[in-house]
Amino acid sequence: MTIASLIKRKSELLHGGAGPVPIVLSTRIRLARNLRNQPFPGWAKVAQKCEILSQSSETLREVPSLKTATFFNIEDLADTEKHILVERHLISRELSESSHSAGVLVGRNQSCSIMVNEEDHLRIQVLRNGFDLEKTWKTIDSLDSKMEERLDYAFAQQLGYLTACPTNLGTGMRASVMMHLPGLYISNQIEKVIRAVNQLGMVVRGLFGEGSDAIGSIFQISNQQTLGESEKEILARLRKVLTEIVHHECNARMVLIESDRLKLMDKIGRGYGVLRNSHLLNSKESMSLLSLMRFAVDLGMLPEENRSLVDQLFMESQPGHIQYNLTGESGSDERDFYRASLLRKAFTKLPELNFDILLEQDFTKLFPEGL
Amino acid sequence: MTKNIKCNSCDNLATVHLTQIINNQIHKIDLCEECAKVKGVSDPEGFSFSDMFAGSIDSDSSQGSEMTCVACGFTHADFRKNGRFGCAVCYDSFEPILAEILDGMHPSLHHRGKVPHLALDRVDNQTKIQFIERSLRNAVDAEDYEEAARFRDQLTALRAVDENRSSIQINP
Ligand SMILES: [Zn+2]
Ligand SMILES: [Zn+2]
Repeated sequence: MTIASLIKRKSELLHGGAGPVPIVLSTRIRLARNLRNQPFPGWAKVAQKCEILSQSSETLREVPSLKTATFFNIEDLADTEKHILVERHLISRELSESSHSAGVLVGRNQSCSIMVNEEDHLRIQVLRNGFDLEKTWKTIDSLDSKMEERLDYAFAQQLGYLTACPTNLGTGMRASVMMHLPGLYISNQIEKVIRAVNQLGMVVRGLFGEGSDAIGSIFQISNQQTLGESEKEILARLRKVLTEIVHHECNARMVLIESDRLKLMDKIGRGYGVLRNSHLLNSKESMSLLSLMRFAVDLGMLPEENRSLVDQLFMESQPGHIQYNLTGESGSDERDFYRASLLRKAFTKLPELNFDILLEQDFTKLFPEGL
Repeated sequence: MTKNIKCNSCDNLATVHLTQIINNQIHKIDLCEECAKVKGVSDPEGFSFSDMFAGSIDSDSSQGSEMTCVACGFTHADFRKNGRFGCAVCYDSFEPILAEILDGMHPSLHHRGKVPHLALDRVDNQTKIQFIERSLRNAVDAEDYEEAARFRDQLTALRAVDENRSSIQINP
């Protein structure tokens, strides 16, 4: 599999599970694992890192569920290709910045990926569409166990899985849920939520993790601590926090509709107009407009069947994906023009916004089921 | 549960906890997400602990950095620079100062999660039995009887493996 076929192939993030749902975009769990007898990647010599890379990539191929996975060596990837893997959440920015002796194994439906020689020897990740901590944990737990049949993990009785950074000790697990929170964002309540979530030992970050902005009202909620609680306890705590945030988001949406209905209709209507007619769109603007369109689907202003199209456009209008479609050196005008054309074409095919629904609907229906 | 620690720079709740060892002294910083960003904590090159502790670090300390990992040669100074360890054995080599490094970072200092049984099997069956006995006690203390039952089952299985081994030795 090449990057080109990876883009064309259906991905878990867009088409997996029961399909996309309101508020919770995706669930992700990663496990940090290290080999017993090798220095951590940040301290290993180049020769050692090469050995770790070739050994573990070979060994991982023996794991049945990874038979159809594709291995990408970081040395063989062009900058735009690395950029695409970052935008698809298959590798971290850190890994994309390393120039040699690192790589990633990507599962067939892009639900699972294993980074080699990031901060730890192995960073296993399983990503699922929508909200499903239990299934995601089951999948990654069994993959990890299969890997353990073949690899000697660094582990200590008291400290659990040994990681390069002491903040990941114990379970080595970071579970995160990507949330779309336009209601809280528009009504300026995000700061308040972040503070409350922090007090419960969870961290809130932007779309691309550490230090990234609140692009498109999208936030990642994840556990901060890894040692002293079991995986199940951590996941239960995350689930509780998440359910609370969903309730706050729903309340914020209802208040917006009750008290700022006209402003909300105007905001979404204008966004739709821009997406249908503009000829230059930068990625920041397009993300916030697409975020409004996802909100419009949640509210019933656009048919539910358009939700996955909006999510797909969100992925495809990111800088790396746009750049990949343009040949050679291209300026920002060229990219912004290409992005605007892509969105214009998609949105002229969509039906007109249904504004009446905001005047009549029973908004208790806003609360998603199963949370 | 999480301790509520205030940010060293403002009054917000600290969510970023850093520890570095400089001249055998532990220095800890707790920051809120915002202050961490302002101070460039996520960028190890751009962030200097010495700046945060301007004046409080005696750079002429004669103790030096004699604590070095026996397996990989990692030193105090290296940990100060990266906030990361060099290898798995570093956790043994730096054991005397580990509790202080980990203080406040996690809810407790005892792993309660998954155990890589197969990997440990290859390393040492006996170590594992001791560990699960401890896990069992923890589970019972926490009144998590479902987990406790699971650990008890695992213990039975493990001891059977050990008995098989010894019986083979006795009757070759
Ligand atoms: Zn602060
Ligand atoms: Zn070491």
